[in-house]
Amino acid sequence: MTDPSLAALSDTLFSIAVALYSVAVVAFCAELAFGGKKAPAVSRELVGAGGGSTTAASLPPVDEEPVKARRVGAVAMGLTLLGAVVHAGVLVTRGVATDRLPWGNMYEFGTAVVLVAVVVYVVLALRTPALRHIGVFVLAPVVLSMVGIGLFLYASAGPLVAALRSSWLAVHVSTAILGFGIFFVSGIASVMYLVRSRYEAKIAAGERPLSRIVHRLPSAAALDRTAHRTAVFGFPIWTFAVIAGAIWAESAWGRFWGWDPKETWAFIAWVVYAAYLHARTTAGWRGRPSAWVNVVGLGVMVFNLLYVNMVSTGLHSYGGVS
Amino acid sequence: MTTTVERPAAAAPGPPPAPSPLRRVGTTLLRWWRQLTAMRTALILLFLLALAAIPGSLLPQRSLSQSQVTGYFREHETLAPVLDAFYLFDVFSSPWFAAIYLLLFISLIGCVVPRAIEHGRAVLAQPPPAPRHLHRLPDSATLDSELDAAATLDVVEEELRVRRFRVVRRDGRHGPELSAEKGFLKETGNVVFHLALLALLLGLAGGKLWGYEGSILVTEGDRFCNTFQQYDTSRSGALVDASDMTPLCVTLEDFKAEYEENLTAASFTADIGYGLAGAASRNATIGVNSPLRVDGDRVYVTGHGFSPVFTVTFPGGQSFTDVSAPFLPSDTTTMASQGALKLPDVPGSDEQLALEGFFAPTGSTQGGVLTSIDPRPLDPQVALFVYSGYLGLDSGLPQSVYSVDQTQIDRGSLTEVGRANLAIGESTTLADGTVVTFSGLKEFAAMQLSHDPGQVYVLGAAVAVLVGLLGMLLLRRERVFARVGPGPGDAGTVLSVGSLTRGSAETAPRFTALTDDVSAALRRRATAKENPSS
Ligand code: HEM
Repeated sequence: MTDPSLAALSDTLFSIAVALYSVAVVAFCAELAFGGKKAPAVSRELVGAGGGSTTAASLPPVDEEPVKARRVGAVAMGLTLLGAVVHAGVLVTRGVATDRLPWGNMYEFGTAVVLVAVVVYVVLALRTPALRHIGVFVLAPVVLSMVGIGLFLYASAGPLVAALRSSWLAVHVSTAILGFGIFFVSGIASVMYLVRSRYEAKIAAGERPLSRIVHRLPSAAALDRTAHRTAVFGFPIWTFAVIAGAIWAESAWGRFWGWDPKETWAFIAWVVYAAYLHARTTAGWRGRPSAWVNVVGLGVMVFNLLYVNMVSTGLHSYGGVS
Repeated sequence: MTTTVERPAAAAPGPPPAPSPLRRVGTTLLRWWRQLTAMRTALILLFLLALAAIPGSLLPQRSLSQSQVTGYFREHETLAPVLDAFYLFDVFSSPWFAAIYLLLFISLIGCVVPRAIEHGRAVLAQPPPAPRHLHRLPDSATLDSELDAAATLDVVEEELRVRRFRVVRRDGRHGPELSAEKGFLKETGNVVFHLALLALLLGLAGGKLWGYEGSILVTEGDRFCNTFQQYDTSRSGALVDASDMTPLCVTLEDFKAEYEENLTAASFTADIGYGLAGAASRNATIGVNSPLRVDGDRVYVTGHGFSPVFTVTFPGGQSFTDVSAPFLPSDTTTMASQGALKLPDVPGSDEQLALEGFFAPTGSTQGGVLTSIDPRPLDPQVALFVYSGYLGLDSGLPQSVYSVDQTQIDRGSLTEVGRANLAIGESTTLADGTVVTFSGLKEFAAMQLSHDPGQVYVLGAAVAVLVGLLGMLLLRRERVFARVGPGPGDAGTVLSVGSLTRGSAETAPRFTALTDDVSAALRRRATAKENPSS
């Protein structure tokens, strides 16, 4: 039933995707290194403005980008795109090889989540060129995740266990993957925001921090807005994934909600992201505190994937990792 | 954007008269109420809820697995009772977990009800007057117009109405002005979302109170009816009335497990007959992911296993023919199982008899030890211990039907009288002449009947949560204000436009599109006026 040569091709593509992303990381680093030489003069902008009210035009003027940096940046983007295409190939070949949706175990789930994260980043970077500069901070965790997934979560191509043979696999797991991938980028944007807003605060205080790399990052306000907007996009998807999971559980396990560890952590993540959206509009929580909430949210998502699948016992034990 | 308004501290003019005790209690309560319904409190409660759920996933829970809790008690003899005192093995039904979500939902009610009322008013009311300084709005622009004031505002109004704004014109203190608004659905979404959360909780609570479930192992050919007496384990809500339970009976006719080449389980299906007690039976096939649903009740297959069948012939010639008991799988990949068959009434003897053993659907014996190598029953074998003596069934202490009570063995009341590895058809003879034959094999299914009257409401509420969420997050609420005044040197008209948007989207391009359209329309109109013939 499983086609071994296609399955082997899928594994080869995985390595190629990791290699392409790694070269992209180097190129993104080079872009930052060739970029802004001058000490920055950042416009004083509201740090962590409530979102929506400030406009793209208020990005701090990043000094004219040297041609070399721009070229290297374009190469990095090209490598990332190529990597994403090969990465998609990993999943497609695995799906064809096993004649099913390629997300039946943790290896496939993780690979798909990372692909979504890369695609979200590429879309953001194409729409708002300033966001290209966070490339290295997206692609480096991507490479680390892929290596971790390949080393520790690998499961060879095979058929699905009976419990997963349901059309809800397509609905529930696909949306969970989408939501997770989007939150991945959102969390990184919040981390970048935390770094950048401290830098801007130092400049505002008259200090001259000399981090050329942080200087090349988009403005804190733009990062905060990106984090918020992606989370706003991811949250309804995640909500839907949780609801679909509950509907599936009702027909598979006899109850729609039973506080199985996976369900519990999905709920915790949902509550944390709801708290993030609230924090963004609550006096005293805007800016850095709310960004921390978003980072915690990503931590919860990762914990839910790794700890709950590998350490605790529950009904969601389809990891395929032994 | 900001929706939290810090309430101004009540003005305190002069030394206040000593308030009556009743008033004081009233003010304190009011202050607490305001605290509770502040969004910051909701935020803290949200965090608390997330934190409170954590121990429920890290410690074993009674609701999920009683045996894991028992195991935890065995391993942590001193710690476990302490944890138990704090309900840490029943987190999700503990009073403190309930306290957090009840507080959260009271907070939610206090927050969303006034908001819903205010929203209702706002839908009926006219857009508010334009603020004094339009250029202080997040997006603003001034345009020159050759038309007079009224005609200029006419143009703005048309552009806004095309964009489906509700528009009012007023003669404000600072000149003729216009206010426009659209996007009430965003706020409606918010109200729907928060109210649906409340509905969801009510549905959950109702389901818990009026719902029940029971589980039972059913061997092929056997049947069970929906009563608590018959279930091996059951759970029922506080308001369940046993006499209201549907008198549904289910017979397991045939059970089939199918496997892929690499022994991954491909499907489990059970052919069942079902019907109300006394009524004609109907047939259905149920399996993983496809339960039987009959009004209000659902019947699931949650697991399966084998029941080895034995024939025991006593020295006196009497026999028990084809007696069996379910053996519980200890490893679901190979279906290696363990179980016991207890025979309390041995004919012609005071001694009771028990068979306890290990079952392998496809056995392989190495060094006398039987293991299972395949979940399919290709070569069924059992490794049996036979005990004789007193089983302790009437001792009043509960004991597992799946194993022989070890304390009876330790105490010497039960003694081993034989052991043997048997394939189907083989038998062993005990010292007293009793013959035990492994005569056959049946499959059993673990079945569960669930009744949850709240779940359709929960589903409806969950859909409303999602719809409300999409409305709240994706829609925009926009207000546009415009005011006209005389141009410099009284030549023409100056139009100021400003807009305020709630929602997370780039607002600048939309505003620019609006002002571009307005100024194009103004120019067109002005030219048309100069050349009325064309
Ligand atoms: C289970 C509890 C709650 C959850 C899961 C929840 C969830 C949410 C979410 C996801 C938003 C969207 C935020 C956005 O528009 O960016 C929101 C908005 C809002 N929530 Fe809640 N909420 C809860 C409880 C409450 C409570 C108790 C209050 C009042 C005290 C409240 C007041 C609000 C307000 C005022 C908004 C609008 C914020 C805005 O439009 O920007 N919520 N809520």
